[in-house]
Amino acid sequence: MSWLNEVIRPKIRSLFARRDVPDNLWHQCPACQQMIFHRDLEVALKICTHCGHHMRANTSERLAWTLDDGFNLIELPKVPADPLRFRDSKRYSDRLKQARDATRMDDALTVAHGSIDGQRAVVAVMAFEFMGGSMGAAVGEGIVAAGRLAVLQDAPLIIFTASGGARMQEGSVSLMQMPRSVIATRMVKDACLPYIVVMTDPTTGGVTASFAMLGDIHLAEPGALIGFAGARVIEQTVREKLPEGFQRAEYLHEHGIIDAVVKRTDMKAALARFISLLRIKEAA
Amino acid sequence: MRHYLDFEKPIAELEGKIEELRRMSAPDGINIADEVARLIDKSAHQLRATYSKLTAWQKTQVARHPDRPKAKNYIAGLITEFSPLAGDRAFADDAAILGGLGRFRGRSVVVLGTEKGSDTESRVAHNFGMARPEGYRKARRLIELAGRFGLPVLTFVDTPGAYPGIEAEARGQAEAIARSIEACLEAPVPVIATIIGEGGSGGAIALAAGDAVLMLEHAIYSVISPEGCASILWRDAAQASTAAEALRLTAQDLRRLKLIDQIVAEPLGGAHRDSKQAIDAVGAAVQTALAPLLSLDAASLKAKRRDKFLAMGRGSLS
Ligand SMILES: [Zn+2]
Repeated sequence: MSWLNEVIRPKIRSLFARRDVPDNLWHQCPACQQMIFHRDLEVALKICTHCGHHMRANTSERLAWTLDDGFNLIELPKVPADPLRFRDSKRYSDRLKQARDATRMDDALTVAHGSIDGQRAVVAVMAFEFMGGSMGAAVGEGIVAAGRLAVLQDAPLIIFTASGGARMQEGSVSLMQMPRSVIATRMVKDACLPYIVVMTDPTTGGVTASFAMLGDIHLAEPGALIGFAGARVIEQTVREKLPEGFQRAEYLHEHGIIDAVVKRTDMKAALARFISLLRIKEAA
Repeated sequence: MRHYLDFEKPIAELEGKIEELRRMSAPDGINIADEVARLIDKSAHQLRATYSKLTAWQKTQVARHPDRPKAKNYIAGLITEFSPLAGDRAFADDAAILGGLGRFRGRSVVVLGTEKGSDTESRVAHNFGMARPEGYRKARRLIELAGRFGLPVLTFVDTPGAYPGIEAEARGQAEAIARSIEACLEAPVPVIATIIGEGGSGGAIALAAGDAVLMLEHAIYSVISPEGCASILWRDAAQASTAAEALRLTAQDLRRLKLIDQIVAEPLGGAHRDSKQAIDAVGAAVQTALAPLLSLDAASLKAKRRDKFLAMGRGSLS
């Protein structure tokens, strides 16, 4: 646990230092193609004001929407970059650098601690904008760190998932993050702390088949794509058309895999309610 | 009829000649026995040379060799009184994952294996080793059963991956895999996993989060198939051999990355040339891996297993 002593120090990150200047004053909804003024979109938590489509959100937005003011980010343990010295058309190390420059994040996971409507919580957020939210050693290590932090702080763990699956460029190192992240969820459960998963668009592959599906409570945003195998692979295998709404949050709810589909505007209240309902010990 | 892989052509030709000579009645003036002996020597030499430097893609082909011993062969060879158990108690029995009770070296164990099948009919019956949620749920049920009765769990992994199907998704493929991984990690008894052929992604790790993970010398273990990786990252499935190399999916690579515990040597020319020898070698390795774990209590076993996985991925090839 020695790393925690060093890590717990709040770290003010460039993530928040940067003031987002919108490139465009108007955004087009990818679902209904209507234009929305950027300020209206911000106020609406990036939900289309015309059709209700939940657009993808970045990490700082998620944290701001979920945690009360005054939360802290933790510095995650470093992992060896590019363990396989992988290269396709580009070096993985170059891809990583590019993603870091573009997102100003170290990797696809951010962990914060703070409170949700006054109740202590550890919140981990995956960033789809960082190499498709793919899970390599950094994400796995981050999930483990989040689990340990939750135990240390006697706080529930909430993970917002968004991932295309495994980070192929890390090969089997990436595969091993499945058992590693599962261990993290067990640490939280062994300490009798709530573990809540919020699945956002998209949550697929090795992330879904490990920590994402082991929550005490599974919530999802409307319309989020959630599944194990990719639609294209399934289509090629079964050679039939996929049913309407296949692998969408509502479909998973219908099939008993998630507890509730929750609108983004209601998410914080839902999380606060579930935490308070589960934590009778703390209330007493 | 032996099935030769593309890169085994020179060996195939030599062995073909040997066969031919043996079938011939001795013509005058040539000492056939000498010639046969010479060719046998040459082909053995060729076989050794070829198999000592297989590329990642060649190993992929060996790992998928149709004559390679399958999970059911290991079970037949290593487990006495094998008593199959079926079903997830909710939906179906999945023939892609074999499971049951039996005895390994006289000790009662739970056995699990992903089974690819060995001819057209059995391949279809076992869904080419691609399990559905029911398979992983059966695995979890049997691992929990093992835990309650103090029986070690032995798994034999050989799968292209979990089945990508509509129904499989509808019934929670991801959840089933996650729970199976969790069952391996939480088992209060030793879990020994052996990757005997193809360790395909989530479908493999579902049965391989064990105290000891053994891998056959020419088996592969990967987060994605070389073909799948090539079509995504190179946008060309024909680049599979390049992808196989880049993915570091060989037993030797995984050992170097400290992601597996031990490599089990295969007979010369691969497990498919001498199934019995391969199965015996796995039996010996499993016994050796199991022995020190039997004296550990549940808590230390679990803690040791967690620590092993938590330490992974902090190293790299260099
Ligand atoms: Zn819209």
